[in-house]
Amino acid sequence: MLHAISPIHYLVLSALLLVIGTVGVLLRRNIVVILMSIELILNAVNINLAAFSRMHAQIQGQIFVLTVMAVAVAEAAVGLAVLIALFRNRGTVIADDLDLLKW
Amino acid sequence: MIDVLLFYFFSVLVLGGGILTITRRNAVMSAVCLVVSLLGVAGIFLLLGAEFLFVAQLILYVGGVVLLFLFVIMLVNLEAAARVRQFRKSWPVVMLAGLGLAAELLFLLCRGNLPETAPAATLPPNTEALADVLFSHYLVAFELTSIVLLVAIIGAVWMGQTRKAQ
Repeated sequence: MLHAISPIHYLVLSALLLVIGTVGVLLRRNIVVILMSIELILNAVNINLAAFSRMHAQIQGQIFVLTVMAVAVAEAAVGLAVLIALFRNRGTVIADDLDLLKW
Repeated sequence: MIDVLLFYFFSVLVLGGGILTITRRNAVMSAVCLVVSLLGVAGIFLLLGAEFLFVAQLILYVGGVVLLFLFVIMLVNLEAAARVRQFRKSWPVVMLAGLGLAAELLFLLCRGNLPETAPAATLPPNTEALADVLFSHYLVAFELTSIVLLVAIIGAVWMGQTRKAQ
């Protein structure tokens, strides 16, 4: 009844996680949760790269995954530092309240 | 047979954790659900034969990034943020866009023609092969990544420090 796992299963999982992350970025007003959704998106990309690496029995995809991980960590660190500076100056973490550049 | 069950188990962890992450009102609960999702991704890496990525995922994400998130959540007053409306007013448009994106991706994936998976016996020992390629062909990329991390560290420290009022 259960089919053997093929690469398409991993790609579908990755696509669904990407959609969840995108919806999270667009839907939430809390900046902390928006940053978490970005982590979900990057993890979807990582699953995709690892699946293709396995499919072709090539190790290069996993090196991309490592690079993406490093960039994701840098992004989270800088994003959270910006968030702390923002909270110190404006006293809010709701994205809709930060509309100084909006007209 | 067991790997099929494991794949669906980890998939449920990944997708369920992801959905809970973006729907919880309390940001601490979101972070805990994010841990579940990231652990599921780590399991998927293990199923794909990427042992080094499995360990890196555990140490970097579950040990590092989520800890950073929890640390910031404790620093920032989120009780006020938890009391207001959590979703944007335009959420029907967002859900439609999400459904459209999902339909589009799944349609393209179903139409695509993937080559056969290489047999497991052809896989080299994972960590060894990774180090071989990383420190020979991709040495420049590796060093550039370390510069990215250095810049991020300096930027985060500079951004996060308190300045005396003029």
